[in-house]
Amino acid sequence: MTMRKIKVLVAKPGLDGHDRGAKVVAASLRDAGMEVVYTGLHQTPEMIVEAALEEDVDVVGLSVHSGAHLPLFRRVLTLLREKGMDDVLLTGGGIIPPSDRAALEAEGVGRLFGPGAKTSDLASYIRAEVAKRRPAPQS
Amino acid sequence: MAGGHDRRALARALTAVENETPEGEALLQRLAPRIGQALRLGVTGPPGVGKSSLVNALVRELRRIGRTVAVVAVDPSSPTSGGALLGDRVRMGEHALDPGVFVRSLASRGQGGGLSGSTGSVMDALDGHGFEVIVLETVGVGQAELDVVKEAEVVLVVLAPGTGDGIQALKSGLLEIADHWVVNKADDPGAEATLSDLSQALLLRADGHEIQDRIHLVSARDGRGISALAERLWSESIGSEASDRRTDLRRRSLRTRLLRAAMGQFSDRLERVPADLEVESLAAGASTLASAARSLLTKTLESNS
Ligand SMILES: Nc1nc2c(ncn2[C@@H]2O[C@H](COP(=O)(O)OP(=O)(O)O)[C@@H](O)[C@H]2O)c(=O)[nH]1
Ligand SMILES: [Mg+2]
Repeated sequence: MTMRKIKVLVAKPGLDGHDRGAKVVAASLRDAGMEVVYTGLHQTPEMIVEAALEEDVDVVGLSVHSGAHLPLFRRVLTLLREKGMDDVLLTGGGIIPPSDRAALEAEGVGRLFGPGAKTSDLASYIRAEVAKRRPAPQS
Repeated sequence: MAGGHDRRALARALTAVENETPEGEALLQRLAPRIGQALRLGVTGPPGVGKSSLVNALVRELRRIGRTVAVVAVDPSSPTSGGALLGDRVRMGEHALDPGVFVRSLASRGQGGGLSGSTGSVMDALDGHGFEVIVLETVGVGQAELDVVKEAEVVLVVLAPGTGDGIQALKSGLLEIADHWVVNKADDPGAEATLSDLSQALLLRADGHEIQDRIHLVSARDGRGISALAERLWSESIGSEASDRRTDLRRRSLRTRLLRAAMGQFSDRLERVPADLEVESLAAGASTLASAARSLLTKTLESNS
């Protein structure tokens, strides 16, 4: 039996046009030993949640720089719940004012990381959260 | 086909199968009578030739003719971190909301991680679930990838202009595993040269002249050649010849997995059997290596569990 790796979907929802940040995050999570599904630009919340479902990921990470973080995170969270994927951690980052961050976290979104955050913090946060949600041994 | 909670259950089952858990094994056992119906298409070739784009385009055509399709996209795990970046979905976004398409990305998890075994099992589960076509995408760089593509009934080797040092530099054995050779990026002016290099390389083979009609020039970008290729692949997959081929493949794949599992069980036992007597006997010159090994083999087979 193979040890189960943490599987993360990294997506870039919305209309803003470059994904360098999301790719850096994806690569850093790979380097932290995770299996990272990257879905590319211009993903709708519906596409993101369907991909998360098919891939059976532990974590969905959204990179949002468009200013539309409130509706995007809310919509993804709603869809995850509708599909019974309550155990999937929704996290991410981008340019999100602290008050919006607090609001989203209060609604059930996981910790959100600002543009200056270290990618190693994201990796350790994910590891800790997944360990809580998934009692089986982790790599 | 698989909507709502059914899809979620399928996705979770695939994880169990991928990780070779007891639930995964039980699921495969339950599905066994229904496995072996799907057309399994392997798509391989060097990085960047447009495999994922081609898969996306083929899926579009297969959907147009009403087939349901599952895609299994394998990317290499990093040998240093054990992680993986699975980026093939980037090219397949247009099918994201189609309930007749299911895409699953897998990390190769290195040679020791049971790459071919669990990839084949994931395809089995999708097959048993009822998808009519299963497309397996792997990068054609190493032996492990060539082995995994043998789990496919029909193998497409994809090439394109501007990849590396051309045909000569390809992983040896790559051209040989193909049932069809696909030169992608026909919209690129270099494609004709790639096509003629490929034809030259293949003409050296014994069946060289028979294979011209299995070389295809396509463009995943502008769609040229794609529907002809998809229709050909599908039509060649119906009928008794194809069904015999599928039965053979299934038996061959099961045999490989059975032997691997038996070897695993055997070496676990072997490790646990004390070999001190045999070692001493060898040291004293009282037995040959072959006879000492036979004695150890007998003890191992007689040991319990
Ligand atoms: N010009 C051209 N580019 C293509 C075609 N198909 C794919 N590409 C490009 O080739 C690159 C690699 O494509 P991808 O499908 O990811 O290749 P893979 O690594 O083999 O899976 C991307 O930039 C694609 O846009 C094609 O038919 N024509
Ligand atoms: Mg690819």
